[in-house]
This record gives sequence, structure tokens and C-alpha cells, in this order.
Amino acid sequence: MIRYTSVHKEYPRTGVALTGVSLAIGKGEFVFLTGPSGAGKSTFLKLLFFEERPTRGEVKIGPVSSATARTRDVVDLRRRLGIVFQDFRLLEDRTAEQNVAFALEVIGTPQGAIPARVARALAQVGLAGKGHALPRELSGGEQQRVAIARALVNDPFVLIADEPTGNLDDRATRGIFDLLRAINASGTAVIMATHNMELIRRNPYRTLELNRGQLVFDSADTPGDGEGT
Amino acid sequence: MRLALREALLAFRRAPLLSVLSVTTIAVSLFAFGLFGLVAVNLRSALQRVEERVEVRAFLAEGTPADAAAAAIADILVFPEVATAEYVTPERALARARTELGEFEDVFEAGVLPGSIELRLREGQRAPATVAAVARRLRTFPFVDDVRYGAEWVEKLYRLRTIATVAGLALGAAFAAVAVIIIGTTIRMTVLARAREISLMRLVGATDGFIRLPFLLEGLAKGVLGGGLALGLLYIATRVISAQLIEVTFFDPPLAAGGVLAGALLGFVGSAVSVGRQLRRV
Repeated sequence: MIRYTSVHKEYPRTGVALTGVSLAIGKGEFVFLTGPSGAGKSTFLKLLFFEERPTRGEVKIGPVSSATARTRDVVDLRRRLGIVFQDFRLLEDRTAEQNVAFALEVIGTPQGAIPARVARALAQVGLAGKGHALPRELSGGEQQRVAIARALVNDPFVLIADEPTGNLDDRATRGIFDLLRAINASGTAVIMATHNMELIRRNPYRTLELNRGQLVFDSADTPGDGEGT
Repeated sequence: MRLALREALLAFRRAPLLSVLSVTTIAVSLFAFGLFGLVAVNLRSALQRVEERVEVRAFLAEGTPADAAAAAIADILVFPEVATAEYVTPERALARARTELGEFEDVFEAGVLPGSIELRLREGQRAPATVAAVARRLRTFPFVDDVRYGAEWVEKLYRLRTIATVAGLALGAAFAAVAVIIIGTTIRMTVLARAREISLMRLVGATDGFIRLPFLLEGLAKGVLGGGLALGLLYIATRVISAQLIEVTFFDPPLAAGGVLAGALLGFVGSAVSVGRQLRRV
């Protein structure tokens, strides 16, 4: 489903962000991505949704290759991905419902189909009664749930989460993580960048560790450690 | 399209202050440009009025019969440059001189002033070289004593018109450039205020065309509003100046509509450039 082949990413100003990364992630997997700050996690994720392209090597997501993808391919790919960020990235002047509906409206979903899909996504993340609330009226955990609902509303085949619990307390973290697990259990692959080692230790999912741009650990390569592919 | 229209309208409601600021900035820029335009239009029409008074007079020899003058007029009216030609008898010349120079009416005696043929030239045929050529042709009539048309005055008028045209174009271009820069910056502020929304749209798979459309409509609407406001202010300015200082004319309807259209175009292009730049960045 997702394949990184000898991926090298270098930025003109900050230098090498990733080097020699090769791996494959299968359909429906749950993967932790960890490593210290500056290890290349964000670059790894940006390559996944084609916000960046590798300097060398290839990232392939389904049939879409970084070497050949055109703008239209990227647009189509992003419609099948869900992306969640540490800072939620909600539109402050729109309600929870409107934030979720936004993801449907901008890809031209027929207006009549939107309310039901929004309601379903909000119910899925446990916010059925809070559709009319503005982001500032919600707790951090609830705001992240809205962001997840927005990511889920297009039925993505993979959910990319960049430090989704980074701004949350322990209780909210557990809630969001349980939600991500439930989403994964329904067949959506989840790739979650996190610094939370406790979370990684307690959950038997595949773990990728980056350090200074290199993939230094992949639990899939270690027999009996993590689930792997 | 419906969604783009809704988003464009919502942008005014979500950021009313910024929207008012954008419209006002566009209006003020176009107002300054329009003031200059008003000066140019009025200067041009004043020069045109002066130019219409360019007249060539062929003074006839004493004793030239009226029918010879009439025959000459028929010939002169065939000249492509000539709009009108009129015979002024010595008696009429005397009467006119007495009326125009009332204080000196005693000086004029009958028979002192010669008869003449007075010519007015067609529009576009009043350049110094053309006027001189007509004068030369008039001198070929045997009974024409002298031809006068104020050569120096016509040349000065033409020089003034050339200077006014060149200065007008240069200043107009400068004003327009400043207006474009100010309007572009204002619209860029609007786009930057919604940078998060633009990046989100991209992340969830909106096409660039879809992202652009609401901003283009918003820019267009602001341009029309700014252009209309500027036009209103210019009209008020025209009335005030006419009442207090000097009679000035306002833009004719096509030019006024052109001004609003220019505002719309500025808003549209300014938005297109700013959104394009933002899209390249995210």
C-alpha cells in the first residue's frame, strides 16, 4: 500500500532531513513513528501526503508515485487520505459541523449528502451533540476529535496523525488514542507520529524510529517485537 | 460556483473590518487616480474649446467684388481641411470692430477695414503645418492681400497639448501603478488572513481552481464596490469644485463605467496574483 524506496530528502536551507529510508506499510496497519525532535518525522509524513517530494528515491502510495505524480494525482490522493495535526488546524470561525463539512464541500460533494456524512463522522468521534460548538468552546481533546472527524469524513484508507496527542493531557490522550485504535479496527491504516513512549510501550503496534533522518529501528524487522507486516 | 459565491460573501461577514479596509483602500486609490483623470478630461476639453477657435482670415484687396468673394468661398469649401468659410464685407467688419472695441469706436471710419473671408477648420485639421498650408493656398487667390491665423498662437497651443498629453500619460501611469500596488497589498492581507484555510483546502484535496474562485469573486466584488465608491466621491468632488471654484465636467457614462470596471479588474487581478503566490507557498 505504502512504499518508501531509498528515500532521501534534503532542504536547501536546513540540509538533510531523511536519508536512505526504505520500508513498506501494509493495508490496515497501525504504525507508530517516533524519534527525537528534528529526526525527520514531519518530513516523513509530508512525503506521505505529497506536500514534499523526495530529493532522491521514491514514495509510492497505492498506484501514485512521487516520481510521476501530477497535480491532479496529488489532489485525488489527498481526497483518500485523512490528516490530523498536533495543533488541530480547525477554522476558528466555523462550528464543529462546518469544520467537518468543509472537507466535503471543497471536493465538490453534493450539498444534500453532506449533513448525514458530517453527523456520522461526529458521532464516530463521540461528538454527536457538539456539532454547533465553535472550536474555542471545546476542550483540546474535543477539538482534536473534530479534526479527526474532518479527516474521517471522506472515508480515507489511511489516517496520518502528526503528534495528535502532543497538546493533550493524559486523559484526553487516552481518549484520542482509543479513537484511533477504533478507526484502525474498522480497516483504516493509521500512521501516528508521537513522542509518547509510554503509549508505544503499552500498545503492540509496529514502531518506526527515526534519528537524524535515518530509519534506525523498525519493529517489523525484529521477530516477536510489534505486529509488523 | 454556488459554494464559491457563498464563501466570497461569507468572507465579508467573517472579516468585516478587513473587508471595509480593502474596499476603502481600493476606493481611495481609484479616487486619487480618478481626480487626476478628471483634471486630464477637463484640460483636454478646455484645449479642445480653444482649438475650435482657430480661425484663418484672408483679407481681400480693396474693391474686390462680392461675387468674386462668393466664387472664392465655393472653391475654398472644397478644401478638405475647411469646415466653414464666410465672407465678411468691409461694412460688417467695421460694425464688428466698433462693437468689439467700443472705447475706440471713433477711430474707425468707413472704408478703413478691408473685406475678408473667414475660415474655420475641421477637427483634426488644426495642426500648425496644416493651418500654414491652407494659408499658403489662400494666398494664391489674386485678390487676397494678406492671410492671418496667429501662427505663433497655434504653435503654442499645439505644444501645450503635446505637453499635456505626455505629462498626462506619464502621471496617469504612475498613479495607476501606485493604485495597483496598494490594492495588491490590501488583497494580499486578506489572502494571508486566510492562509490557514487555503492550506487546509489543499490538504483535504481541493483543486487550485476551487481554492482560487472564492478569492477571485471576493476581489472582484471589492473592486466593484471600491470603484463605485471612488466614482461617488469623484462626483461629489466635481460638484463641490464646480460650486466653489470653477465649472468642471464629470466623466461621461462610458468613462465612468470604465472606472468601475477598472476597479473590478484591479480587484480580480490583485486577488489572482496574491492567491497564486500563496498557493505556491503552501
